[in-house]
Amino acid sequence: MTPLHHYLIFSALLFSIGLAGALTRRNAILVLIGVEMMLNAANLNFIAFWRYSAHPEALTGVMFVIFSIGIAAAEAAVGLALIIAIYRHYKTTSLEKVDSLKG
Amino acid sequence: MNVAFILIAGLTLGSAIAAMSLRNLVHCALCTVITFAGLAAMYLQLNAQFVGFAQILVYVGAVAILILFAVLLTRNSENQPNTLLASPSWIIGILVAISVSGTIIYAVVKSTRLAQTLPPAPEATVQKIGEQLMTNYVLPLEIVALLLTAAMIGAVIIAMRDKNEKEDSGSKMITGNARERVSQPSTIHHPSSSQKTTR
Repeated sequence: MTPLHHYLIFSALLFSIGLAGALTRRNAILVLIGVEMMLNAANLNFIAFWRYSAHPEALTGVMFVIFSIGIAAAEAAVGLALIIAIYRHYKTTSLEKVDSLKG
Repeated sequence: MNVAFILIAGLTLGSAIAAMSLRNLVHCALCTVITFAGLAAMYLQLNAQFVGFAQILVYVGAVAILILFAVLLTRNSENQPNTLLASPSWIIGILVAISVSGTIIYAVVKSTRLAQTLPPAPEATVQKIGEQLMTNYVLPLEIVALLLTAAMIGAVIIAMRDKNEKEDSGSKMITGNARERVSQPSTIHHPSSSQKTTR
């Protein structure tokens, strides 16, 4: 069996990889992928804590992750639609060139 | 620490690093699919079957396809110079990520409150999850349904090209092309040369 802190360390590493990607990459799609990765790492923490909790029959962690997945799907759809709209306007998805509020 | 955990964790972290560091956007998107699938395997290992299959359906099925479509619709946008290493923003980003992961890992390793023993596998059957969704969590369920509907309509409206802009950009494109063709025929190969840098 795998102890709880291995899952927590794994999810911390995954979170920091997503954070590094979101901070360093210039392409808006890759930044969105990094954000999704961070959300997934947090979800894994919820599931791990639920599995190792004293009362797993309450299903709290599972419920939280289900709603979190739904919200993340909505966020990805709106985010990618925004990226496509920005691309149509600026002809680029590089975040360094998209720097003016008034197009 | 069993072998399956090590294999899945290594595969997931490796593909996550690849997704965040490769230069080709399509490769990044495909590596992200592997990361999401590895996380689904993690959920299955933790006896959360429903969440694991929901992860496969939503992330590997839907979000990955959305990302691939966005990559394909925003083609030739990756013509930035090769400033991956040693640029200040890159170093700062990596330092922030390393310090965040170091802090979390230190806290996890030093913690004495974490459960050390694995309780017997709970019965998180789909029936129980459905009962909970229809009793205790019925209000959040409705709110998520409303949010998904609003997000779908919003995404369609944002990504929809409105008529004025279409005519505007269309006419601009036509006049731009015509001007290019009339005045400087030697610059026609320009777009292809910018595409070459993306590969």
